[in-house]
This record gives sequence, C-alpha cells and structure tokens, in this order.
Amino acid sequence: MTNLWADIKNTDLVVIMGGNAAEAHPCGFKWVTEAKHYRKAKLIVVDPRFTRSAAMSDLFIQIRPGTDIAFLGGVIKYLLDNDKIQKEYVGNYTNAAYIIRGDFKFEDGLFSGYDEAKRDYNRASWEYELSEDGFVKSDPSLQDPRCVYQLMKTHYSRYTPEMVERITGAPKDKFLEACKLIAETSAVDKVMTSMYALGWTQHSKGSQNIRTMAMIQLLLGNIGVAGGGMNALRGHSNIQGLTDIGLMSNLIPGYLTLANDREPDYATYMKTRGFKPLRPGQTSYWQNYDKFFVSFAKAMWGDAATKDNDWAYDWLPKIDVVYDVLRAFELMHQGKMTGYFCQGFNPLMSFPNRRKLQAALEKLKFLVVMDPLATETSEFWQDHGEHNPADPAKIQTEVFRLPTTVFAEENGSLINSGRWLQWHFKGAEPPGEALPDIDIMARLYAKLRELYQKDGGALPDPLLKLTWDYENPLAPQPEELARELNGKALVDVPDPRDPARMILRKGQQLSGFGEYRNDGMTMGGCWLYAGSWTEAGNQMARRDNTDPGGLGLTPRWAWSWPANRRIMYNRASCDLNGKPYNPAKKQIWWDGEKWTGYDVPDFVITSKPEAGVGPFIMNPEGSARLFTRGMLRDGPFPEHYEPFEAPVPNPLHPKVNANPVARVFKNDLEQFGKASDFPYVATTYRLTEHFHFWSKHTRINAALQPQEFIELGEELAKEKGIASGDLIEVRSNRGRVKAVAVVTKRIKALKIDGKTVHTVGIPLHWGFTGETKKGFGCNQLTPYVGDANIETPEYKAFLVDVKKLGTTAA
Amino acid sequence: MADKTTIFDRYTSGARLNHWINAILMICLALSGMALFHPSLFFLTGLFGGGPTARIVHPWIGVLAMCSFLGLFIRFWRYNLWGKDDSAWMRNIKHVVNNDESKVPEAGKYNAGQKLVFWLMSILTVLLLTSGLAMWDSQFGEYTSIEQKRLAVVVHAASAVLLIIVVITHIYAAIWIRGTIRGMTRGSVTGGWAWRHHRKWLREEVGKTK
Amino acid sequence: MSSLQSLDLRRRSATTTPPPGQREAVEVAKLIDVSRCIGCKACQAACLEWNDLREEVGINVGVYDNPHDLTENTWTLMRFTEIDVDGRFEWLIRKDGCMHCDDPGCLKACPAPGAIVQYKNGIVDFISENCIGCGYCVKGCPFNIPRISKKDSKAYKCTLCSDRVAVGQAPACAKVCPTQAISFGTKKDMIAWADKRIADLKERGYKSAGLYDPPGVGGTHVMYVLKHVDRPEIYAGLPKDPKISPLVDLWKGITKPLALAGVGLAALVGFFHYVTHGPNEVQEEDEEAAAKTRRNSAE
Repeated sequence: MTNLWADIKNTDLVVIMGGNAAEAHPCGFKWVTEAKHYRKAKLIVVDPRFTRSAAMSDLFIQIRPGTDIAFLGGVIKYLLDNDKIQKEYVGNYTNAAYIIRGDFKFEDGLFSGYDEAKRDYNRASWEYELSEDGFVKSDPSLQDPRCVYQLMKTHYSRYTPEMVERITGAPKDKFLEACKLIAETSAVDKVMTSMYALGWTQHSKGSQNIRTMAMIQLLLGNIGVAGGGMNALRGHSNIQGLTDIGLMSNLIPGYLTLANDREPDYATYMKTRGFKPLRPGQTSYWQNYDKFFVSFAKAMWGDAATKDNDWAYDWLPKIDVVYDVLRAFELMHQGKMTGYFCQGFNPLMSFPNRRKLQAALEKLKFLVVMDPLATETSEFWQDHGEHNPADPAKIQTEVFRLPTTVFAEENGSLINSGRWLQWHFKGAEPPGEALPDIDIMARLYAKLRELYQKDGGALPDPLLKLTWDYENPLAPQPEELARELNGKALVDVPDPRDPARMILRKGQQLSGFGEYRNDGMTMGGCWLYAGSWTEAGNQMARRDNTDPGGLGLTPRWAWSWPANRRIMYNRASCDLNGKPYNPAKKQIWWDGEKWTGYDVPDFVITSKPEAGVGPFIMNPEGSARLFTRGMLRDGPFPEHYEPFEAPVPNPLHPKVNANPVARVFKNDLEQFGKASDFPYVATTYRLTEHFHFWSKHTRINAALQPQEFIELGEELAKEKGIASGDLIEVRSNRGRVKAVAVVTKRIKALKIDGKTVHTVGIPLHWGFTGETKKGFGCNQLTPYVGDANIETPEYKAFLVDVKKLGTTAA
Repeated sequence: MADKTTIFDRYTSGARLNHWINAILMICLALSGMALFHPSLFFLTGLFGGGPTARIVHPWIGVLAMCSFLGLFIRFWRYNLWGKDDSAWMRNIKHVVNNDESKVPEAGKYNAGQKLVFWLMSILTVLLLTSGLAMWDSQFGEYTSIEQKRLAVVVHAASAVLLIIVVITHIYAAIWIRGTIRGMTRGSVTGGWAWRHHRKWLREEVGKTK
Repeated sequence: MSSLQSLDLRRRSATTTPPPGQREAVEVAKLIDVSRCIGCKACQAACLEWNDLREEVGINVGVYDNPHDLTENTWTLMRFTEIDVDGRFEWLIRKDGCMHCDDPGCLKACPAPGAIVQYKNGIVDFISENCIGCGYCVKGCPFNIPRISKKDSKAYKCTLCSDRVAVGQAPACAKVCPTQAISFGTKKDMIAWADKRIADLKERGYKSAGLYDPPGVGGTHVMYVLKHVDRPEIYAGLPKDPKISPLVDLWKGITKPLALAGVGLAALVGFFHYVTHGPNEVQEEDEEAAAKTRRNSAE
C-alpha cells in the first residue's frame, strides 16, 4: 500500500477491482464502511462475480476474468477525452510532458523491439529523448506528439466504451457511470482509493493490471494523497515482510536486486543501480544504493566484507535466470533439482498444475517441510484416492517434517499491507516438538558450518565467515535479529564537516537509513527498516494511538517503513509552492523553512519548493511514470492481452492474442486448452471463512465452509441441467475437480464480442488434510504460466468444461 | 334383611383390572400434565422425580393409558350405543340429579349420563393422543411444523381439562350413587342397586339366568 | 445457558410472583446493520469460541449458509439471499439469532419456573439447569430460534452474551465484527445510531430503509437496520409483523386460570350436590323388588 489501512476512511470513492476486500480482508474493509458512513464515500466493485464486497457496493460491474486492462484503459481514455485529470499534478509531478524516443512504436499489439524467438523485447527504444546535458527533454505544453501525454492519448484511443463492452462484457452505460464517478476525483478536494489484491496479480499481465490503475490514479492526482493511493492488500500475515526482506529468488533485503551473471564485479553491478538524476536537481534516492548494499554486506559478513574484496560481492550468488517457484518445480520435474526445503507454504496446493507438481516432488531425493501444520505437500506421497492418488511404494522421496511455531508462540514483528512493523509478544508455549523457524535454521546452519569446517567445499567463505554473534547461536532471538535489520555503527563515525566530532558512537543503533554509509562504518540488514529499533528502543512495539491531524496516521503507533512515513510520496499532496492541495486534509506542508506536518515528509525536509525537486524522489526523473520506460518487460503502456486460455480472440489484435513476453516453459505450451473443448471461463479465489489451506485444520472454520464447491451462474446451470447441491465435475486441459455446485444469480452470462460467455467460480481451500471434507484443490485445473515480470501464475483466468455427475453431493 | 339381598355380577376381574390400571395412569397423566400446565402446580413434577423426568414420563404414560383405554373401549363400546330411551333420560336428567329416577326411562347397563362420559372420554382420548404425538418433540419433532405444534398444545390442554372434568364427574357419580364402587372393586352389585339404577339391565340379567 | 448473573430479573418463566424490582437497569440492545454486514461469519465463529461450542463439520448443499440452520450449537447464523429488488440485484446477508423480544414468547410458553428469564436490561436468557426440555419455547418463539439439544434435551439459543454484558463487555459477536455491522449499547443509543445509518441509506437511494424493532413483540433487544424494512421477509424470512402466536396466547393466557377454575368448579359442584341432595342410596324396597324379580323369573 502506498497509504495505510486507516487512511481508506479519508476517501471519497473506493474502487475494489482485482480483489475482494470484504471477503479476503474483512478487517481492513472496515475502513471502507467508515468512509461510506462518515464521508458519504461511494464504492465501486468491478469483478467477474458479485462478491461480498459487491454486496456492499453502490455500483457493481461484472467483467470477464482477465480483461481489467481493457476496462481501465477505457477509463484512461474517458479521463483524457473529457479532460478529467488533475492537470497541475499531471504536468508537474508525472512524466506526461517528457519526450519519448522517435523509434518507440506500438503496432498490431506489439511494442517496438520484439524478438519472437526469445519471447522478449529489446527495450532500448522505450526511453526518454535526452538532451546533450543528459537530461530528459520535455514539453510542458503537452502538445508535442512524442510526449508521453500524446502517446498515451493515442495508445488508449482504441479503448472506446464500445470496445470495453466488447472485450469485458461490462455494459456501456454502467461503464460510463463508473467513469463518471472516477472522473469526479480529479478535483483537488476529491480523492479515490484503489484496493486490489491477487485478482490483479495472478494474470499473465498482472503487473500491468496494477500499473493501469496507477496511471489513472496519477492522472487524477490521487497518489501521495490521504484517501488515495494504490493499495495492494496483502494476502498473508507478514507477506509484506517477506518481500521487504527479500525472500525472493532475485532480491536481497530492502528491494535491492541480486546481481546477475553478467555482472562479474561490484563496479559493474553498481553501474546500473545508482541512478543519476534524469532531470535537473532531482533527488534520485537510489543514488544511495551503495550505502544500502555495503551496510547489508557488513551485516552479513562483518569484518570479512571490506572495500578490498568489493564488500564480499563475490560471495553473493549471481543469477542466470530467476529461480522463482515455478522454475524450481520445473527443475525438479526435469530431475535437475533433487532436494527441496519448503518453509511456511504449501506448494502442492498453491502452485498451478497439480499433476506436474506431484510428479516433480516424486523425483526429489529429499523434501524438508517446515510448517506448523501437516500440509498436503508434506503428505504428497500418501494415497488419498481421487483427491491425491499416489503409490507410496513407488515414491522414494524422503520427507522430513519439522514442526514450527505459529506467530502467537513467539515474539516478533508482523508487517501489514500498510507497511507497519508491529511487534507482537508470545502468547502461548509451542506444542510438542515445535520450534521457531529461526531455531531450526540456526541449527541447520551450525551443522552446515561444521561440515564445511571439516570437509571444506567449493566456496566455504560465505558460510564460514557469516556474522553469527547471537547470544545463543542455536537460537537467535527475534529482538537480536530486529536490531540487526535496523543497523548500527560499527565504529565511531565522525562528522564529515568536523572530523573531531563523532556523530555516531561504535555500537549505536542507527536512527534511520540516512545514517547508512558506503565505507563500511555502518551495518544494517535492511535499509528500509532503519529506524525500527533505534537507541530509543523497539519502535515497532509502540502503542500510542494519538492522531494529530485526525487523518488516522497515528505516527506513534508501531513503526512504518520507510522512516515511519505513513503515506508515501506525500510531497505530491502539496502544490508546487508546498501548500496542501486540499487544506481540509493536510498531511505535510512547507512552513517557510522546512517541510513539516502530521506525517514524515517523503522529501528532503530542507528542500525549498522553488528548487523544483519532484515528489517521486526514488525516480531519477523526480516524477511519476505514466510511461514506464523499460522497467516492465511487457511494455511501457499497459495493453490488453487475452489470458493464455481465452474464449475469444483478442478483439484489439487477434494476431497478438496473449502477452507476448509472459513466462511459459517450453513443455507447458501444449497444456493450454482450446475454447472449443473448454468453453467456460474459470477464475479462482478465497473465501472469507478460510485462510488458504490453514484454517481447514480448525474445527470452527471447517464447519463454516465444510466442503469444496464451485459456483455457476443460473444460465449455465440451466443449460447443463445442474441444480444447487448437485455433484459436478469441472475439467481443464490439465486436470479435474469434483465438487458441489452452488448455482447463483451472482454470476451472469456475458456477451463477449457477440458470443455468450459463462464464468465459473472456483474457491480454493480444500485439500486432503484437515477437518473439512476432502477436496481436490483448484490447482488441478490452473495453467502453468506466469506474469511477464513477477512470474505470478495465471490463476484468475483460464478455460474449463463443466459436467453434471449426480443429483446429490454426499 | 341380608337374606333379601341378591347379588349380580357386573364386571369381570379383567375389566376391573383394566379399569383401575387406566384410572391410575390417568391420574398420573393428570398430575404430570397439570404440573406442566400451570406454574402453581409445577411442584407436582416432584412426584415424578422433577421437571425433566415428569416431561419424559408423561408421554410414555400417555401411550400406556391409550393402550389400556383401548381395552376398555373394546369391552364396553357396544353397551354405550345410544338409544331412544337415552335421549328421554337426558331430557329428564334433573330428576336424576334430584335422586328421583322414577321419572326417567329404565336404564340398561349404562344410563345416558354414563354413555356420555364414555363417549366424551373416547373422543378426548383420541384428541389427546393425536395432539400429544404432534407435540412429542423428542420422538416425532421433525414430523410437524411449529404452527401445527402450537395448535396441538392448545388442543391437548383443552382436551385434558375437559377430560379431567369428565373424570371428576365420573368419580363423583360413583361416590354419589352408593353401591356403585363395589361394582368396580368386587365386580358385583346388589340387586337393589341394579333395580334402582339399571332396572332394564337387571331384567336382562335375570332373564339370562332363566 | 448461564446461571444467574449479577443481573436483576424482570420476568421469570412459570412464576406468578414478581421478582425483586427495586433496582433500575438500562435497557440494552444489539443493532445489526445489514447494510454493513459482509457475511464473513466472524460472529458465528466468535459465538462458538466464546460459548465453548463446536459445530459438526457438515456438507455443502449448494448455498453459503453453513450449517444450514440454527442448531443447539450454532446460536447465530448468517443467512444469504440472492434477490432482485426494484430491478437491482442484491445479495442480502442477515445474521439470524435470538431477537430478545421485549415480550418474549419463549418465556411465556415455558412451563419450568426460572428456565427462561428476562433481565431488567431486556436480555432473554435460558437458565439451562432449570430447563426441562419440553420444547414449549420453540412453540412460543415467533422467530423460530430455540433449538433442543439431542445430547442433553435442553433448549439453547443466543444469550446476548449475558455473561459478558453482566461484566460490562459487549457480546462476542459485536466484539469481533470487523465492519462494525454489529453494535451494542443502550437501546436508546442504538436507535439513535440506527437513525444515522438509515439517513445514509436513504441518501443512497434506499427509500424504504428503516429500523426493524417489531412492536408486535414489544420491540426487540436485537434490532436490524434494513435497506428494505417494508419487506423484511426477503431477508431469509424475517417475519414482517411478528407476534406471539394467538394459539400460544390462548394456551398460556386466559386458558390457564379458566381451566383450573373449571376443574375446581366441577369438584365443587359435585361437593355441593352431595351436601344438598345427599347420596343416592339403595333402599330396602329396591332389594326386595330385585329379589322379587329374580324369583318371578325363576318360576
């Protein structure tokens, strides 16, 4: 979230699209009901189903799964055509005026630079036109045909309301009603918030779904503003922490990227990272990248990371390709990955194409599962009949199950969607042999180190020289780790202006990432968390809910990254002179000498407004990007591509049907089904009664939603002679699910490009362990294809067929 | 005088047992039923081991009582068929109340009042049985709707109260008409009793022994 | 469910004498704002948690409602209705459970002294140890709420968390409700809050939005804010004008004293008849007449 949960109460319009907040985030949805009651806010829900969120909405529009960009592209066109944009904001704070290179093109569904063999773009042309001084050329009048504004206008000119209806199935009048409500928030005293989740990410163009709405929010001037923002609702407790801390195969903490194998040394690595400003006088905060990186290296290896060894750069892995989980299972399937540690997730149920996953796990030599529950993954080798057919005698994989604690059985911090690090305290002793994950990993590390010490190895240094100065090396405490993530001074640090004066004493906890250094004098595991555990103590454990300004920012409740800032890019809530656009909702302002206010300014606090520094200080241009340059692999402007399995050809460009650079493994191409065999569009989702595959292990939740079911619209059910409660079978080209039919008015048949298209809804929660009735799991059906940028599998749009099996579903 | 007294058999031992079993069951039913009917009589549940047990046993006693009543019904129904004389008897009932039976037609085994008691008991018993089953939730709860149960309790309560009044009449009559009780205890009545109250029956009985 | 709390009684089932009445209490109410309810069932789970109840893991019969009806364990249940109202599709979600009537039919019907009580604050509570399991409360209730346990044959229903309320806490369902669709407070405050919600709904075009506090049962201590208060029955059969059934009134009203009087009267009439007319005794001439009849016949 760019904003925070409580801030949703400050909005005038909530758009829930690509998510179902009432269902999956009921506690956060409270703020929507607050905004509705106290601010008379409206709620628009756009979804393939009439969801629990829709039940609360003022306007619901049903669309076909996988057509969000078409809908939002249509909104962009509406805003531009009707001049319903926050012009001052767009002109000053976005790259709308910047000139794009002459060789950038978009034709027949492809951007310039496409290489069909590689399924990739050469993105060189997707770039600003630079003047001789190295800065971006710009046309503040927005008239230049090569400026972002004009290119955008041309790009979305195809997304007429008629085209939107043709692609998405959303009736034109309803679509225009939504546009009108959205457009109203271009006024400086009106604001809209976007709440989304995996309904946008789990597509072969997931990142672009989100970007399209981000562009709308920029056009409306709703980013950086209380009650606005792009608010990703994270689906797991602490999943935000997972990404922050870099638990991705291509990241290191604080969204620093792991080097790739074309970056053999530190200097090369840094060349593409410490961005120089692209516009005069801009902050380009990533110029500090080396400080973050060096402090991270010092946290990892302490004295062993020196300037001379490039801060141990060589000890970090260099990736050739991204080793995300889809690839991991692909490698297992090919027999190239023979051991697997599975910690805190349940891939057998969570990732697409169940049959392939099972076959992959069967090829492993060993599988270690660390989890508080007996997950399906840890029992993949057991025969559970049709729900998990297996022949244990033939499976040689050795499975180790290491029971872990749950959050309530340990101290620690959880990071919510609003980026708050909230400390929690142990509430109960763990049962049986359960241990905290940290202890298990510490013991594994101790054993590995012992083995390396004894037997040596190819590259023992990264392991042997790892800093491991915890009081009990076999059980590092969460408090110790939290202090390490915050960072501290390794030596007395002198004031650069007066070397005799020490600004930091040795061992002192750093108060913010501004104190991070690139000379090895400081260490810090995650620069974003700098400030969370200072000399003043654990800031995450603060529980003072005073709310100066009344916007719900509560700056002394817990701690928010970055720098305890509650609303990111908050400089953009003020005009060029530093005055809040909406005085009724003041966040920060220029008081004549400095930036001040109720929130921590997302800005250099002494930077005078007249200096003209842009509010988006992380970007080298200082402005937000409507045109995203080469940052995303599938285009600088989002474009509607059909899901890999779609009921109709792409009406915009039938030749380029699906995302041309989405991630598909070679062997998986034949897994896609055709609309002639699988005529119905399916989408998968969570239910409020359950949390993924966990809560089915508890009796109460199990009773609330006891059995796997599939939702069908009344029209489709009638066609197939299916009644509510019947047992049905849903098949895709990859597998099948047998479940109870829930026939509903909440899913209507849509007219898509002249063809009737039915949507089938598949909730995901049932497996073969736990208290509920056994189920198949929707990943029997889902395709093995990932988003072009973040590899998230396409769970939200694929094709199935439906068959009635019987009248009773006993 | 004793030598003048003639004796006539009125009830077999089987009939007497049947009657008294029924009487005991009916009293139990009345007590347990009244206990649940009116708060001021709830203390009567103590006779049955408390509220829940009173609630449990009442319908089972009811089932037994129905069975025994069926026995009585089979034994006596044909003697209770209504005749012309019964209507005349009924019209002149005030003389009976005034202890003067000379002004009413001679009665057979049962007079019209007794027949009325018999049929009232039979009808009310059927009503009690059907309404009782309809409200017997622990056994047949699923077979009736709440609205039907509501009707059933009203029917049950009203029938029970009427039945109790009928029974009181029955008992009082037995006390009032002296010589009656020995018919149900010893099985026989004196000829004088029969002459006085059931002369037609007496004649029939005498005729039989000819 | 519970033993007596530190709450004073207003009424006690099958009890003809009034309970102590000197102390005053404020009437409480739970307000369920259906327009803010997302049907997450947190209230259902919280109810099971707080009251140490566990529901059977059932099956899906083609709807979201689980279990499919109130049970002796499920004292509150989310009921889902898909319906077109005035040309607009709505997914109505109503939390069903005891309404805590001001004039409770269950209490009226109950024959067991003190098995059902109404506290002065308006909460209607089942005192299970006094319950005899007759099921009369089921017949008395205009909302079809109480359920008889198959395990112990006692009646169960929502207690409005009388144990929590007695110590100044809100009911568990209100405590956990994420969207504050369930609020709890004095009845007066709840009505005032409902008025604000209704104003908001009317502004959004729900002209018949209103408060469901049915007068037929004297008002309730669980109230709903409905978008369509003129058609409560579309919310999974919420009764439009609930009243204690006239049959129950008849049975538990005038019938009771009349019946007792009737029985007493019958006995009295007999007694007075006896006193005034005396027994009808067999006379000697009767015996003689009988003997004579027999002799005649024998001849």
